[in-house]
Amino acid sequence: MYKLLQIELYKIFRRPRTYISFLAITALVGVIQLGLVKNGDDYVNFVMGNVMQSFSFDGKLLNGYLVCYILLQLLLVHVPLLIALVAADMISGEANMGTLRLMLTKPISRTQFLLAKFTASAIYTFMLLVWIAFLALFVSMFLFGVDDMVIQKTNYLVQLPVGDVFWRYVGAFGFALLSMLSVAALGFFLSNFAENSIGPIVATMSVIIFFTILSTMSIPLFQKIQPFLFTTYMVNWKEFFDPKVNADNAVIIGSLQHPDRIIQSALILIFHIVGFVGATMVLFKKKDILS
Amino acid sequence: MQSVIKVSNLTKHFKGLTAVNDLSFSVNKGDVYGFLGQNGAGKSTTIRMLLTLIAPTSGGIELFGMNIKTHRSEILRQVGAVVEKPDVYKYLSAYENVALFAKLSGVKVTDKLVMDQLAMVGLASRAKDTVKTFSQGMKQRLGIGIALVHNPQLIILDEPTNGLDPQGIADIRNLILSLSKERGKTIVVSSHLLSEIEQVASRLLIIDKGKKLVEGNANELFDPAQTIVEIETTDNAFTLQQLQLSRWQSVLQPQRSHSILLKLHREQIPSLHKSLVEMDVQVISLQPRHNLEDFFLQITSNNQHVQAFTN
Repeated sequence: MYKLLQIELYKIFRRPRTYISFLAITALVGVIQLGLVKNGDDYVNFVMGNVMQSFSFDGKLLNGYLVCYILLQLLLVHVPLLIALVAADMISGEANMGTLRLMLTKPISRTQFLLAKFTASAIYTFMLLVWIAFLALFVSMFLFGVDDMVIQKTNYLVQLPVGDVFWRYVGAFGFALLSMLSVAALGFFLSNFAENSIGPIVATMSVIIFFTILSTMSIPLFQKIQPFLFTTYMVNWKEFFDPKVNADNAVIIGSLQHPDRIIQSALILIFHIVGFVGATMVLFKKKDILS
Repeated sequence: MQSVIKVSNLTKHFKGLTAVNDLSFSVNKGDVYGFLGQNGAGKSTTIRMLLTLIAPTSGGIELFGMNIKTHRSEILRQVGAVVEKPDVYKYLSAYENVALFAKLSGVKVTDKLVMDQLAMVGLASRAKDTVKTFSQGMKQRLGIGIALVHNPQLIILDEPTNGLDPQGIADIRNLILSLSKERGKTIVVSSHLLSEIEQVASRLLIIDKGKKLVEGNANELFDPAQTIVEIETTDNAFTLQQLQLSRWQSVLQPQRSHSILLKLHREQIPSLHKSLVEMDVQVISLQPRHNLEDFFLQITSNNQHVQAFTN
């Protein structure tokens, strides 16, 4: 299994396509950071104009922590598309190249083969998130410094003390990994049904975009089905930035307003990951390799 | 004789199609086993079932005396295969491909092993080049190199000469003969190039529409003294009429194209030629046909008898 995993990782990281995602993330984050370095204060004034009329703030509103939050909101919509590029290609790509039949004439079981493939795509997903964390969090902290993090929610304002932010990002990135793995698992599942890469990649992207639209629009009809869409739970990394407050409305350090929502969402995402990968295995084990 | 492959009553149904129908055969140790059939006859489906790529609908497969279902990994460790096209990772080099599949086959990968393998198939000088720059023939040779990297006892080659030039075909033929004679490997080769099979195979299986037509030693399946002679004349119907009235009537064969076929000994050919002249037939061509090829076509094609000319 370890040997198979090594081979799968070797194949992933020898393909130029793999690096498109890393380059795209670097370009996107770099451009946004450049824009915020040049015109960040204008951006903050524009976004938080109403709040700034009512409150006065000391310190740096536009700091590395806020920049990372802005970046994550933007990136976690696009990253699934980049993950689909690799995960949805895992089986169909091999079928398309004709290497699937050669691989499966080797003394490895189909279960091992699939587990190695999914684990390799999970490692790729993890590395992509680590890269995002490096660029969005650490580079932003370097460029913009750190201070209290002020976030405007729908009905209220949250001010997280500077010492209470970093662990929340660790949690948020951990949760984002689960979200992205559920996308990878969906791509992996769809990859089983095609003999070229384009179909499952486009299908995965379409499902994610369609479900995300349904998950985020506040229309009563959509709200009824939102609990059944896994994309509804993918955005709950934001719960890490919603702390409890005491009677004086001051943030309780190290607290979370809705830890139950995070746990429930994480469990639902894990259920989807296991479900998609399990279904892929059941179908693939019975599949006649005709490619 | 020890049986390496034993297939019993193998059947595979796809939706509305029976690709392999109650097929039984066995391959002995050391055989070069020719697997013949027209396109769609069920050769590749059978080979894929031998390699566990396709699950049989019914029937049994034993390799090396073990059931393929229960001893899959043990069996596949001793099998090297090229199934249809020798597709490998095009973005990797020849060296990387051989090393990768050697590792998957459970072999300790060394530089010497990989380079020896590439040298055996004539690709040592292109070891570091990516496969996307290779010709079809080079890919075919690389596929065979990969199939042999773990020194398997049984080698299954599905159409190994596809896309090769005459030199490439000769190279593959020599490689098969060398693997069989010098290394004692058991080899199953399917091909539509019957002349190639005839030159290497010690035993043959011919299938059509998924069913076994004939199996046996190559030299038992046809009499080398007998030759099919193909005649083309300016008026085939008239020629056929004349032949049916002559002493050649008994050697007339079923007809498949716009020519007349007769089965006779080679030494009778001058006499036939003389008879045709006496019948005042205008001969365009008269040529002996390849024995095995004719035998193959004769038993696999839809027979259309000589009467077709006269109707």
